[in-house]
Amino acid sequence: MLKNVYNWIDERLDITPIWRDVADHEVPEHVNPAHHFSAFVYCFGGLTFFITVIQILSGMFLTMYYVPDIINAYNSVEYLQTQVAFGQIVRGMHHWGASLVIVMMFLHTMRVFFTGSYKAPREMNWVVGMLIFFVMLGLGLTGYLLPWDNKAYFATKVTLEIANSVPWLGPIIKELLQGGTIVGAETLTRFFAIHVFFLPAVLLALLVGHFIMIRRQGISGPL
Amino acid sequence: MAHGHKSDEKVVFVGDSRVKKGSGWVTPPDYTAYPGKSEAFIPNFLLKEWMVGVVVLVGFLVLTISEPAPLGYPADPGASVIPMPDWYFLFLYEYLKLPYASGDYVVLGTLGVSGVAFGALLLVPFLDTGKERRFYKRPITSALMILSLFAVIYLTNAAWTHYTHELEATGQKPEHIQREEEAKEKHAAGLPTSNAKQSEDSVVAIVDKDNPAMETFKTATCISCHAADLKGASGPSLRGVGDTHSKDEIVAIINNGQGNMPPMKDIALGAGVTEEQLDQLAEWLASQKADAAK
Repeated sequence: MLKNVYNWIDERLDITPIWRDVADHEVPEHVNPAHHFSAFVYCFGGLTFFITVIQILSGMFLTMYYVPDIINAYNSVEYLQTQVAFGQIVRGMHHWGASLVIVMMFLHTMRVFFTGSYKAPREMNWVVGMLIFFVMLGLGLTGYLLPWDNKAYFATKVTLEIANSVPWLGPIIKELLQGGTIVGAETLTRFFAIHVFFLPAVLLALLVGHFIMIRRQGISGPL
Repeated sequence: MAHGHKSDEKVVFVGDSRVKKGSGWVTPPDYTAYPGKSEAFIPNFLLKEWMVGVVVLVGFLVLTISEPAPLGYPADPGASVIPMPDWYFLFLYEYLKLPYASGDYVVLGTLGVSGVAFGALLLVPFLDTGKERRFYKRPITSALMILSLFAVIYLTNAAWTHYTHELEATGQKPEHIQREEEAKEKHAAGLPTSNAKQSEDSVVAIVDKDNPAMETFKTATCISCHAADLKGASGPSLRGVGDTHSKDEIVAIINNGQGNMPPMKDIALGAGVTEEQLDQLAEWLASQKADAAK
């Protein structure tokens, strides 16, 4: 039955090559912790993706309660944290996951760096990976403001001052992010939009690129 | 097209689409065909990877449950808070405070060193182009990275030490800890724990504003913590306090203090309030009920 459905779709869309790229490829011995325990360092990339999926899912549930305006932002986070069933867990997952994803991504980057896996022909994948790193930092930076408590507010003020100190472009970047001359209502909605729409869109596009390249090129060989 | 394909055509499409007509399911090659101990990604390897994932997930959820995500007080531009970025930005934050990365040299700090360092990291495959992959056989690249890692660790630690010293010097507690402790106290006292800002009309009005107790409230220095409008400042709001406290309880709090509040009775008497006025004040406060305010 299932096979007939598959064949029916495959005949129309020719999905077998796609499926083979996604699932039906070999995993070489030197990256398999079952054969060499030290190969667990090759898990960090997959774990980064795993945590990223957790971030996306928990973030989607957070937006069901979060209100991006300066009066209700804090109130809605506090409500979520103290009143909503499992709200504390979901917010906790998003909060700690944000740190964990940086840790995992850092470990993954170090593994790739010290095994020289970024060398030809995988240069482009390293560059895309670094762009993912920068996007993740951007997500951390914009997400930090959203609870709209004092810590968030003052950290964002400092961040925008640092952005302002970049020559020529600084004041433009600052005003673009801040949406005016003070850190206020407009800043919160901009950071919200960047955190929830702009950066995740860029992140997903980069991840697709990252994964297509790793499938095309395969994992770098043993040292 | 609509009339079917000619049998001598080399490429056959599905209907009038651009999808090539395949020859059905192709059996994937046996993985023993690959050198070494390769195995299939799905399901063999993914299952093992999922086991690692489960261990990580359990640790992650234990952390999530044992350490709730921090939340401070609502943003207030007038508050005196030591600004702190998230931990993974601390090294950058501390670095930009160094004399040659701030003030007149801020361009060197932001674009110069940081720009070159992150630019080099981004473009490392085009800088380190040799064929050698083992890190100990390419000492310059590895040394630069290890040096940067030490710098990052040192700067992060310096930023954190600096922050804890600053907290000690100013006698501040991080707000999320302060809020949590306060919420526990309020909870124990049966008060609402929320710091949410109330909109103006949802605040309970003052009952019997013209009562002489209102004057006593001022002379007894209650207003320094509970504010002249009873909405509270460093102390909690007293609007509608009668809903949660009886007169006797209020008298007890005035006499003995509660939480951060010192025993106020002697202070009030020292400020020229009589015992009788104090009693009236307690009675008036006990009459502050939400129902009566409507």
